Amino acid sequence: MTLKNRYDFVLLFDVKDGNPNGDPDAGNLPRVDAETGLGLMTDVALKRKVRNFVSMTRDQSEVTESLNGDKKRFEIYVKEKAILNNQNKRAYVGIGKPELLEGEDKKRKGGNAVEEARQWMCKNFYDVRTFGAVMSTGINCGQVRGPVQLTFARSINPIVALEHSITRMAVATEVEAEKQSGDNRTMGRKFTVPYGLYVAHGFISAHLANQTDFGEDDLELLWQALESMFEHDRSAARGEMATRGLYVFKHDSELGNAPAHSLFARIQPKLKIKNENSVVRDFGDYTVMVDEADLPQGVTLQRIVG
Amino acid sequence: MKTYCLEVSGDFACFTRPEMKVERVSYDVMTPSAARAVFEAILWKPAIQWHITKIEVLNPIKWINLRRNEVGAVISTRNVQTAMNSGSGDLGLHIENERQQRAGLFLRDVAYRIHAHFEMRDASRHKHHYPHLVKHSINDAEERQAAGTVNTAAKFLAMFERRAAKGQCVNQPYLGCREFSASFRLIEDISAEPSPITETRDLGWMLYDLDYSNSASPDPRFFRAEMKNGVLDLNNVEVRG
Repeated sequence: MTLKNRYDFVLLFDVKDGNPNGDPDAGNLPRVDAETGLGLMTDVALKRKVRNFVSMTRDQSEVTESLNGDKKRFEIYVKEKAILNNQNKRAYVGIGKPELLEGEDKKRKGGNAVEEARQWMCKNFYDVRTFGAVMSTGINCGQVRGPVQLTFARSINPIVALEHSITRMAVATEVEAEKQSGDNRTMGRKFTVPYGLYVAHGFISAHLANQTDFGEDDLELLWQALESMFEHDRSAARGEMATRGLYVFKHDSELGNAPAHSLFARIQPKLKIKNENSVVRDFGDYTVMVDEADLPQGVTLQRIVG
Repeated sequence: MKTYCLEVSGDFACFTRPEMKVERVSYDVMTPSAARAVFEAILWKPAIQWHITKIEVLNPIKWINLRRNEVGAVISTRNVQTAMNSGSGDLGLHIENERQQRAGLFLRDVAYRIHAHFEMRDASRHKHHYPHLVKHSINDAEERQAAGTVNTAAKFLAMFERRAAKGQCVNQPYLGCREFSASFRLIEDISAEPSPITETRDLGWMLYDLDYSNSASPDPRFFRAEMKNGVLDLNNVEVRG
């Protein structure tokens, strides 16, 4: 089933004593906008988590029957090796796609090959039909523009990055052990943000969704992923991260019924002012103002989280 | 010929210089091709061709440096073909093997006023190149009404005006890269708007647009860009391949 609506969404998430997104240029310090002091998290870091969530929750060999009888699959094209190493050489046989094999003659006629491969990739790979992908050869680059467009996330207030020195009680090599004459202790560093509430904006184009066959079921999975992706991304570096808000503006029309920026302005996390010296350390220090009054005609607000 | 004006703004932008696209470095100001894409994100049909006439720079030019982990590979159509035909294969990319760290020098806090008009062209020529653009029903009453009428300039003028005024778009316009989304606003009365920055700068040779007459490998076209008092005037510029 194809999408019939444009969506714009606001994603709020927070981090406590963790590093949401390290900056490779700054020795893995949390990303900071140097001019404003606001924390940043890149769009690709967020998409990585969506991909990981989908690959974790959907059986990678699963075949789902979508409403129009076409089979769509939930493979992930850009994989993190740690999770999916065991998926190598998984067979494509028996997923029932005779219509694609029959089309073989046509494919030899030049330009149709890329187009067919493009469709096939969209059908089989969730991340290709959601975020798009670039195919290497052929006419018009065979590029897939995905319907889901995400922006950089920014923190509401300036963040501070804390540097922690940590020790370990063992060394990796004998050479190291000899150097320390058996003391066997080394030091490392890690960086955390004590607290940060971040906001990212997202857009879903119904027109592009129709081109990649991104349907209602895929959309449902996307919301689920955005809601729970941090729950499955625990690590020593991340600390406590959680989705605190997912506010979805659904437009009646495919083209939309209101400018996205006017809708985003309705979601305003505000710091509760306690006293001058108080610092932010908890989501409870914020109130999220959601202006639901007089929504533009044809726009409905779905509060999936928050 | 009616000229339209949109104000676009965003937190970040990257209009990548083609000579520096491994580690992306943005041009100082928006390119005409990026501006065209903004108009096309609101309305485009094979029957029309947008031409950018003027770009006004509304915010001082500021920069930000960011490094990201990226994947350095693209999907190989041949491998996909093989997998489709044989029914087996390993198509996924493992990011550990294909990882590249790339820095980018992006613009920040940008706002532009872009001016454009469109001309009609022969739509039938283009059908062949866009096989995936299938017709589907439109669930917007005014659009459906318009779809039934013949292709005239007036029809597209009205469509664009209606969409831009309402904030409607086919996909959210962006400033060079899709992660740098743009908010847009149709400007109806320019006299009521703030004037552009007062800076004058020689921007050197800049990408004008791609020439799609050979759609299999479009040729880039360049022009000598000069920002005069914040205005990049594209009327009568010499465009070279």
